[in-house]
Amino acid sequence: MTQFEHDPGEGGQLYGLMAEFESPTELVTAARTAREQGYSRMDAYSPYPMHELAEALGLRRTRLPLLVLAGGILGCATGLFLQWYSASIDYPLNVGGRPLGSWPMFIPITFELTVLFASLFAVFGMLGLNGLPQPYHPVFNAPRFALASRDRFFLCIEARDPNFDRDRTTRFLANLGARVVSEVED
Amino acid sequence: MSTQKREPTPPGQATPVPVIEPGHTFASVTDQIGQIVLSRRTPTFWWVGFGISFLLMMALLASIGYLLLKGTGIWGINIPVGWGFAIINFVWWIGIGHAGTLISAILLLLRQEWRTSINRFAEAMTLFAVASAGLFPILHMGRPWLAYWLLPYPNTMALWPQWRSPLVWDVFAVSTYATVSALFWYIGLIPDLATLRDRARKKSFQIVYGMLALGWRGSAVHWHRYETAYLLLAGLATPLVISVHTVVSFDFTIAITPGWHSTIFPPYFVAGAIYAGFAMVLTLSIPLRKLYRLEGFITLRHLQNMAKILLATGLIVGYGYMIEAFMGWYSGVPSEGYVTTSRMLGPYRPAYWALIFCNILTPQALWFKKVRSTPGLLFIVAMVVNVGMWLERFVIVVTSLHRDFLPSSWGMYHGTMWDWSTFIGTIGLFLSLLFLFIRFLPMISIFEMRTLVPEAEVREEA
Repeated sequence: MTQFEHDPGEGGQLYGLMAEFESPTELVTAARTAREQGYSRMDAYSPYPMHELAEALGLRRTRLPLLVLAGGILGCATGLFLQWYSASIDYPLNVGGRPLGSWPMFIPITFELTVLFASLFAVFGMLGLNGLPQPYHPVFNAPRFALASRDRFFLCIEARDPNFDRDRTTRFLANLGARVVSEVED
Repeated sequence: MSTQKREPTPPGQATPVPVIEPGHTFASVTDQIGQIVLSRRTPTFWWVGFGISFLLMMALLASIGYLLLKGTGIWGINIPVGWGFAIINFVWWIGIGHAGTLISAILLLLRQEWRTSINRFAEAMTLFAVASAGLFPILHMGRPWLAYWLLPYPNTMALWPQWRSPLVWDVFAVSTYATVSALFWYIGLIPDLATLRDRARKKSFQIVYGMLALGWRGSAVHWHRYETAYLLLAGLATPLVISVHTVVSFDFTIAITPGWHSTIFPPYFVAGAIYAGFAMVLTLSIPLRKLYRLEGFITLRHLQNMAKILLATGLIVGYGYMIEAFMGWYSGVPSEGYVTTSRMLGPYRPAYWALIFCNILTPQALWFKKVRSTPGLLFIVAMVVNVGMWLERFVIVVTSLHRDFLPSSWGMYHGTMWDWSTFIGTIGLFLSLLFLFIRFLPMISIFEMRTLVPEAEVREEA
């Protein structure tokens, strides 16, 4: 029942083989089987986040939380240093002999800057690690890939995978129950 | 956010109203929400609503223009009441914004699935409310073009901001809040912008949504980091939202003015903010779900849950009023006691009793299930609370200031025409931005709605 689509642009480099599935269960099963068969260079595309899929693909934990922690610490240090330096070194203002480095009064701004820096690191860290913005990517060449943001589920085994073989991998994906298997031009 | 195992309702228990109408699929959710944005035809009520809002926004422009020309003398503020409408409106708008963050961050951490269909426009509401709020302290400065003096930067005057002033804390709290809310909102939009890019038929739409979507392709690796980032942002936004209104309350409590110098203020302000915010979310969502026929997504369950939060926070606010009155007597400070009785019996007593009616008495109707499940009645209660929360800030700001320690400097305060036009103008600004938002961006998070659809469940073979 699987439909095969060949790459129209002859001579172009092959990026990989894209299999389209109709349900999340099929995609998760396919991803798990592919991994068991020794494929490692692959990615799955789905219209919403799925924990099961990350497990099936064997994705490692991301370093993002560490980055966010670093951002928070940096923000905290920046906030405290900024206030302490300006209030006690650069512009000391004697108000009735009260202490210059009055740290309890510096807490609110330190807190806000901690949150601000951590949030900026979370957002730009996530985008950076994901390599976004990225206007062009070969997977967009796959026919019907626009449905990956609606109701279809895709698994792409890339040509750089050591186990990749155009014919064998195509047959493998078809056997997994893919609705369409198409060649994706790089 | 993620696909969660849904437990079947235990037998003997009534099935609750669902968070999404049965029968929806990935495709129907995507198409129904996406079509509101991508449809060529703009509904008539949109033009009427946007037209009125835009006119009100022009009133804001005129008011600000005249203010820049003449100075703050066109407002009703003077000694002893130097704060007036600008601060009242600032606190009111900031408070309204807080429900958006509560819905998007706190309810996410608490795994409240029902937040999914209201979080997007509640977050948009936060952004636009913060934009309206931010205008007031700047306009109030007298010389708004020098607003950047509040920021710490090396300057030729060799001056630094006064770090021990709550007004400087405000600058940091509100600007951080605006930044984090905008980031949170945009991050949530990226997958939906990709959907719009893929669904749009017009080239120009494809290009604009395509650029905004940053090349999002729904990769599992990306989703993995995306979820982590989203969860961390929610964790950061939660203490942030509490800190923001706490800092706003510090503007009052750090001063030794009677009626302001009180430790109940931070929690009572935060509860009041959530109270006002949920009232505004109800005010907006009830007409929106009707006009855009979104009853299948924003079900009665959502309205009932929000009504319950409104009732609960309203009771906390009531407790705050009680403690304020109690402390007026218990502190034994004559001026504290005087301000308390002056609020209830003095020249501003109509405002005080109107606020008790709006914020304490009216929401008691929400004890009745009939009221909680009738959108029309709920809308009325929410509107009354909106008014009540504005009155609350009026009473706090004005009554404490109008009776100084020295009776010779007592005075009365009334907003002038320009005070009112600026205030109503910001409502115009808020609504104009909201109308543009619902026309050009999906007002319900499409990708999160997909996770609520029954077919989203991954069935593992035994």
